[in-house]
Amino acid sequence: MADAKIGAYICKGCGLGERLETKQLVTIATREGKAGVAKEHDFLCSAAGVEMIQNDINNEGVNRVVIAACSRRAKTEAFAFDGEITLSRVNLREGVIWVRPDTDEARETTEEMAADYVRMGCAEAKYMTPPASAQEKGSNNHLLVVGGGMSGMTAAIEAAKAGYPVTIVEKTGALGGAAANFYKRIPDRSPYAEPMDTGIDAMIKTIEADAKISVKLNSTITKTSGAPGSFSADITTESGATSTENFGAIIMASGFKSYDMNLLPELGGGKSPDVVDQMGLEKLAKAANGGAIKRPSDGREIKKVIFVQCAGQRSEKEGHLSYCSGHCCSTSIKQAMYFKDQNPDIETDILFTDLRTPGAPGEDFYRSGQEKGITFRKGVVSDVSPAGGSLKVKFKDLILNEEISDEADLVVLATGQVANAGVDIEAVKQDEPGEWKVNADSILNMNYRQGKDLPHLKHGFNDSHFICFPYETRRTGIYTCGPVRRPMDIQQAIEDATGAALKAIQAMENAQLGRAAHPRSGDLSYPSFRKEGCTQCKRCTVECPFGAIDEDERRYPVFNESRCRRCGTCMGACPVRVISFENYSVETVGQQLKAVDMPDEFSEKPRILVLACENDAYPALDMAAQQGMQYSAFTRVIPVRCLGSVNTIWITDALNSGYDGAILMGCQKGDNYQCHFVKGSELAHMRMSKIDDTLKTLNLEQERVATYEVAITDIKRAPQLIEDMAATIEKIGMSPFKF
Amino acid sequence: MSNYNNEMVEKFRGNFLKEVEANVEEGDWVKMCMQCGVCSGSCPLGPHWEHPPQEIFMLIRANKREEVLNSSSMWMCTSCYNCIARCPRGLPITHIMHGLATYAKRLGLAPKQQATAKFAQLFWDNLVKTGRVNELKLGLSLYFMNGIGEGIKTSLKMKDIGLGMLKTKRMSPMEMLGGHGCKDAKGLHAILKKAKEIEEAKIGIHGA
Repeated sequence: MADAKIGAYICKGCGLGERLETKQLVTIATREGKAGVAKEHDFLCSAAGVEMIQNDINNEGVNRVVIAACSRRAKTEAFAFDGEITLSRVNLREGVIWVRPDTDEARETTEEMAADYVRMGCAEAKYMTPPASAQEKGSNNHLLVVGGGMSGMTAAIEAAKAGYPVTIVEKTGALGGAAANFYKRIPDRSPYAEPMDTGIDAMIKTIEADAKISVKLNSTITKTSGAPGSFSADITTESGATSTENFGAIIMASGFKSYDMNLLPELGGGKSPDVVDQMGLEKLAKAANGGAIKRPSDGREIKKVIFVQCAGQRSEKEGHLSYCSGHCCSTSIKQAMYFKDQNPDIETDILFTDLRTPGAPGEDFYRSGQEKGITFRKGVVSDVSPAGGSLKVKFKDLILNEEISDEADLVVLATGQVANAGVDIEAVKQDEPGEWKVNADSILNMNYRQGKDLPHLKHGFNDSHFICFPYETRRTGIYTCGPVRRPMDIQQAIEDATGAALKAIQAMENAQLGRAAHPRSGDLSYPSFRKEGCTQCKRCTVECPFGAIDEDERRYPVFNESRCRRCGTCMGACPVRVISFENYSVETVGQQLKAVDMPDEFSEKPRILVLACENDAYPALDMAAQQGMQYSAFTRVIPVRCLGSVNTIWITDALNSGYDGAILMGCQKGDNYQCHFVKGSELAHMRMSKIDDTLKTLNLEQERVATYEVAITDIKRAPQLIEDMAATIEKIGMSPFKF
Repeated sequence: MSNYNNEMVEKFRGNFLKEVEANVEEGDWVKMCMQCGVCSGSCPLGPHWEHPPQEIFMLIRANKREEVLNSSSMWMCTSCYNCIARCPRGLPITHIMHGLATYAKRLGLAPKQQATAKFAQLFWDNLVKTGRVNELKLGLSLYFMNGIGEGIKTSLKMKDIGLGMLKTKRMSPMEMLGGHGCKDAKGLHAILKKAKEIEEAKIGIHGA
């Protein structure tokens, strides 16, 4: 590769020319930043400005481009250059002139701020190399769908329609899953008034007729290995015959089990054949096929049915499900209609505490149920027991505030959905390397360092970034859809499966180009590590949120580039700092913070380092600038890919070189995390909780380092946090470490 | 208890909701209540109701016939229409309340000592006599509604207002002697008689 040559370009547009001494900045870039080429331009993102830079790349050998203009989030299309270059963006607009007042007093500190950012941009450029795509490229575009229910079949049909070959692996002897037992489903089209056909038979026919889709029944996955574009799966039939096939991406649609109603004896579960759960009623209705549904116990005519909502769910009792399964209210309405449509004189009472029919059509369906004469009573059932050939139902009516004892011929319990999410990898012990064994309870049986199945989040459902990016799991190239992700009904499962199919296709295509998948979609950089320096501490393999790093027999990390999301969490974790990306490393950030001009202790000009997550905190600061908010001129903000990529050496270096305070801004962590890389923010908070030791060693106050969760909407709060730090420094005084 | 009541008990045996749907004005809507309670919360007289509208609807669906029809609740409605304006399901609650009150009265189940019910009867009787409300007589019958003693007390309390109204010619003592009426009182009586026949035929009253 050609020698690095920095080209620094200072923009004078958007008021930068009036507010800043751009000539001075050009000098700084040349003298201190060692830029081979440094120019100012009236309007850098114009065709002429872009052409000037492209010309320097083509003819002057510039391969480290530094643009000192607006935020890195602006004008990305204009500043997309051809050629093997790196791009550094110096944020003079949102980061300097928009957050500072245009006054004579402020002019000096504003100028210093801009000068520092130019130095930082050049320092970063010096330590970057242009990213080449990963060497490990998978070219397989065959999709594996695990589970042949509504979700799995939908994903397969959608992917096949888009032109990709699909293999469905189904554990049972037939396609259709839970929905195959349904008589009808909740309507998905206007006027949302009548139960409609499930469509399962038509889907099975479509799949059978589609040459792109192959189906393996009575089969399970006994081993999954590889990475996006090059997965390998062992498919084992009931008889034990195993075949190994290669796939580009995997969709896990392993569905749900109904909560076992035998665990609810107080509601009659298991005490009488006339107490059934919703799945049980579907079977009865399917057998009756539009005729009168008879009592399971004696085949007698049914005159009254009571539906008990929230049976064993939304309850904090031991062994119950604490969550709402979402579909059961609508399902009970649908099932009550089975009776009402056949004979309007059958009494159907739905006993609920909170009736919820999610989705826009839900309310119409509820109304249709009321019009058909279904009785809805707000009440809590305390006991269901067989009595004299029928069932006695005791409940408290919450509107009338009285205890009621009623009789019914049939009681239907709305029990919840329990995910078939495989083994909980945090609860199951890992196999030692080389001693890997198949686990019969596992769905995917992955040979990954971090465990055999996709990690769970809450209540046994797979972690799927439910807030911002559904379907995305913590294993790249493997997507979940349907009730394995969260409880849902058929309609939601269909939408879910369609989304997952598209994500899987995207992952396969990205893998072929050697590019990262979501959220740094298209990123060509990948982590490399210096094996000589590695101490086999395993932090990177344990902490990688995506299980991208395996271990070899000697416990050295084995990077799977295609599984990597390029968050840099491994880089932040590494105590010996041997992990780096071409354009993002311990050096690219470390050199930036060292490039800042450090005024002495008596100058009354402190320096505050802000490491801000590029996904949420940095945009929040940009937006604050757009809204005319201001913050201290002593601030130096460096965007990071994820707070998880922050190596504590940066903080130590900053404090050692005289910074008076450091602020880390990452995303929300915990169960309701907003971190784009799931665990990054959490890990950073954990690491920073140990920074106190460093501070103590340096004899510095603890208040000098602060870690915050900042959402993209914290537009007022983010600058305020900086102001707070400035005030703290004023109170506790300057750092003595200025040289 | 009236024959009509017995007939209705017989006819709708155990299904009060169906009875309400068949016999009460806007009764069809009762099943559409979703028990949100906005009506009860919006009623200016809410705290004084034995059962707020939400509960009335639940009682109907829970088959509590006597409890609903004997209730004073529907008689508390002042027709402010707050509940109708706010009901997310669009139930004509005010109309249903009046419908239930009317039905209860027709069955002979309305509470006997309910002031609104009593006054409503006085007003109606006063009005249909001549086709115009005789305010002097209506006022006095209101004073004496609960007995002679209370009537005299209220009259004395109101005497200054009465004299004032006489002086400014807002009230004529001559109204005591029959008073003025509409042009064709006989015609009005015929209209009301016909209307009653039609309505009773509709809901199936035979020789009530």
